[in-house]
Amino acid sequence: MEAALGLLRRMPPKQSETALSALLSLIPQHSSDLLSQVDLPLQVLRDIESGKDFILCEYNRDADSYRSPWSNKYLPPLEDALYPSSELRKLEVEANDIFAIYRDQYYEGGISSVYMWEDDNEGFVACFLIKKDGSKSGHGRRGCLEEGAWDAIHVIQVGPEDEEMAQYCLTSTIMLSLTTDDESSGKFGLSGSIRRQMKMELAVADGHLCNMGRMIEELEGKLRNSLDQVYFGKTREMVCTLRPPAEIVQMRLPDT
Amino acid sequence: MADEEDELPETELSYDQKKEIAKWFLLNAPAGEINYVAKDLKAVLSDEEVYNEAAMEAFPVYNKSHMICLEMPSRAGDVIVSSYSEVTENEYLDPRTAQVAIVDHVKQICTKVRPANDEELPSLYIEEYRYALDAEIQRYVSESYPKGMCAVNCVKGKDTEGPGSDFELVVIITAMRLSPQNFCNGSWRSVWNIDFQDESQVLDIKGKLQVGAHYFEEGNVELDAKKDFQDSTIFQSADDCAIAIANIIRHHETEYLASLEVAYSKLPDNTFKDLRRKLPVTRTLFPWQNTLQFSLTREVEKELGLGK
Repeated sequence: MEAALGLLRRMPPKQSETALSALLSLIPQHSSDLLSQVDLPLQVLRDIESGKDFILCEYNRDADSYRSPWSNKYLPPLEDALYPSSELRKLEVEANDIFAIYRDQYYEGGISSVYMWEDDNEGFVACFLIKKDGSKSGHGRRGCLEEGAWDAIHVIQVGPEDEEMAQYCLTSTIMLSLTTDDESSGKFGLSGSIRRQMKMELAVADGHLCNMGRMIEELEGKLRNSLDQVYFGKTREMVCTLRPPAEIVQMRLPDT
Repeated sequence: MADEEDELPETELSYDQKKEIAKWFLLNAPAGEINYVAKDLKAVLSDEEVYNEAAMEAFPVYNKSHMICLEMPSRAGDVIVSSYSEVTENEYLDPRTAQVAIVDHVKQICTKVRPANDEELPSLYIEEYRYALDAEIQRYVSESYPKGMCAVNCVKGKDTEGPGSDFELVVIITAMRLSPQNFCNGSWRSVWNIDFQDESQVLDIKGKLQVGAHYFEEGNVELDAKKDFQDSTIFQSADDCAIAIANIIRHHETEYLASLEVAYSKLPDNTFKDLRRKLPVTRTLFPWQNTLQFSLTREVEKELGLGK
């Protein structure tokens, strides 16, 4: 298993799906471990009834069907499927609406979905997902990107209420890839993924959504900055180490 | 896609299927990481035979495409393993020392060298051009690349005795920086094809640059950049051609590096913004606690038919 994860860390991030299928076929006995530890770019399905897209993940799946957060129905239809309680569903509906606005403000487009379900500890788990196509043919407002994808998966475990406080444990995973293609710099591509956790104990009085939302906003911002400055910065440093920029271009003239 | 992953294969993978998968992992290893990939792959495969056969087939391809440099015995310098210097799958020519290095691809070492024989070397006429260019390129590489290696090989017309025919030289420049303890590796590869055209008395120059970097400390990020170049100059004496070609290469590579820097500097405020802004247009954090604002916004959005 260690070795399998090691392999996945070294393969080009853009090829992570191929790498994962290859590993699943080599070591099928570890498939549930692999699938739970590895994130892949998110898939989307259209809920024709509501006229909206929704994101697919393990958290809205039952057998081979997926539950739409808009209509609360499984596509394709499924008998005896799992649903959140009506109280949780109310929170889920509100979360989807608010998160869509959050998404629009930061992503200027893209698709979002929120799924909630009760867990065994009298608390619940919420999964907030965002998928953005930032390419110039997608939702890229500035037309900079030939290709651009951002997938965010935020899973929050909310503990039971205890003296008006609750424990929130957030695990955020960001997967991204971007490619620019222009005259001067040719094809320039950066891709990668990063995952971090954040735990907080907050007052329930502010509302679960508010608490979860703030944590997600904070961690997403941190991850974006980290990717940009630290991770991409390191690759930039590496390029300059390989070939330091020449201050003066030395031209040699033929000896006359 | 999700469905495919949930299905367990009905039957065991065949020997060939396993081998192809193993080769895929090896070939896609980033620069300088094939041995780490090999170690993990062996553990996942737990099948010596499949691994060995896959390695025998994958390592030569990987080594040539990454243009690895192997030290030749008796301090003769390094030989660059590439398709341009290949004599046979395990033998690579080092034109500078007129030797052929015998290599073990899987171990990535040069086991021994032998002098190149006449059929493997270019004619005196060609060697004049090759030698002059090699000297100029070496000078350029030592100035611009802290750890660069280079070679000039003749890939076409190497037996040309004098003017009247075309021939082609290839300049290879490669630099690798491996820092596994810092979780960071990178490589730079330039390949410049110089086509000496006798009739038009023109040198047609085509360049291909490829830069890669991999940073994987608690995360995994990769840079993959490439660019093609086209230029030309006039067919002159060996020394003058060498200087002209080196100047052209130096000019394009320096410019490319500068434009990579520009691409990086545009990232935080421009390019990245197409994926996710740093802050909303309001320049404040999202007002999660303000539910009234949401209801209003929701109404407005419904009215205007906005939002998905």
